[in-house]
Amino acid sequence: MIELLLTMAFEFFKTGLFAVGGGLATIPFLNEMAERYGWFTTETLSTMIAVSESTPGPMGINMATYVGYNLAGVIGSLVTTLSIVTPSIIVICIIAKYLKKFKELTIVEEIFSGLKPAVIAFIVAAVLDLFLSTLFNLDLPFGLGTFNFISIALLAILLMVSYRFKDIHPIFFIVAAAILGVIFKL
Amino acid sequence: MKILWELYISWFKMGLFTFGGGYAMLPMIQKEVIEKHHWATEDEVMDYFAIGQCTPGVIAVNTATFVGYYQKGVIGGIVSTLGVISPSLIIIMLIAALISNFMEIEWVAHALKGINVAVCMLLIKAIASLWQKNIKNIASFVIFGVSLVLSLFSGLSTVLLVVIAGILGVVFSKAGLLKHD
Repeated sequence: MIELLLTMAFEFFKTGLFAVGGGLATIPFLNEMAERYGWFTTETLSTMIAVSESTPGPMGINMATYVGYNLAGVIGSLVTTLSIVTPSIIVICIIAKYLKKFKELTIVEEIFSGLKPAVIAFIVAAVLDLFLSTLFNLDLPFGLGTFNFISIALLAILLMVSYRFKDIHPIFFIVAAAILGVIFKL
Repeated sequence: MKILWELYISWFKMGLFTFGGGYAMLPMIQKEVIEKHHWATEDEVMDYFAIGQCTPGVIAVNTATFVGYYQKGVIGGIVSTLGVISPSLIIIMLIAALISNFMEIEWVAHALKGINVAVCMLLIKAIASLWQKNIKNIASFVIFGVSLVLSLFSGLSTVLLVVIAGILGVVFSKAGLLKHD
């Protein structure tokens, strides 16, 4: 048991240290674990990915918790999740310590002025799939049926409400939309 | 102590209501971190995102660590990270232990579709706000366009994309095309 937990800690620490670019980047590492240790099959892995995408929280963390629980219960999920975040905490604390000093340099400031528009592009690229799958039914041939009218109408209503009442917390919209989704069987 | 508790609770909330990955957390971060607690400016959060792209780990955790670190040092970074991962731990454990067919529950699927619409709406607003403040000239638009096309179609690593954008930033700044304050 101890040996299993140590191996899990090591593997997830490694994933946290080398998976650069967000939650999806952890999937190749999980595939490798599946092959190497036989901890789970590729089929369970795809279920775990689906559940991680459909539950709140960062996907990489959800995956780590899920895998950890399947292997060694509550202790297992604590071990995997804490192991995957430890490298981030160390790396970011070091960067944070020096960032403010670096930002006083003109060249660094210039670099970051180029990064801002790029970050917007990364965000758009990351959420594009979500937009397409939520607002369009992409499996149909292109035509009116391609639009998911109920979702688009709900989107328009939510947008209007949010511009009318600017102080509403995002949580309100998420909860309200979840309830509407159940009522109208979206 | 109070600030640590606030960091924990605030990041717990953000973790609990984020659906769809790190960047989908942006509207929550705008509300909690920027508007409500003034722990960071929007500019700083974008810097954290840019750094999070080329450092290891989950973007949400990197951002939480950054924000926490600047409030209360290493312990602030740790507490914020624990806050943002706590909901995942609780929810995923419950699902793994109790619900074997989570994905097949009908009302869950409907609720998720509704949630996705809300997330789209919140992201449209969040992106529009970032756009207004940061895409102000041709040079910034070019960097946006190049980064978008490359990240959608090139398959280059995110680290490389950040490097390219950084180089463009320096070149355009030297040419006087990217005014920064």
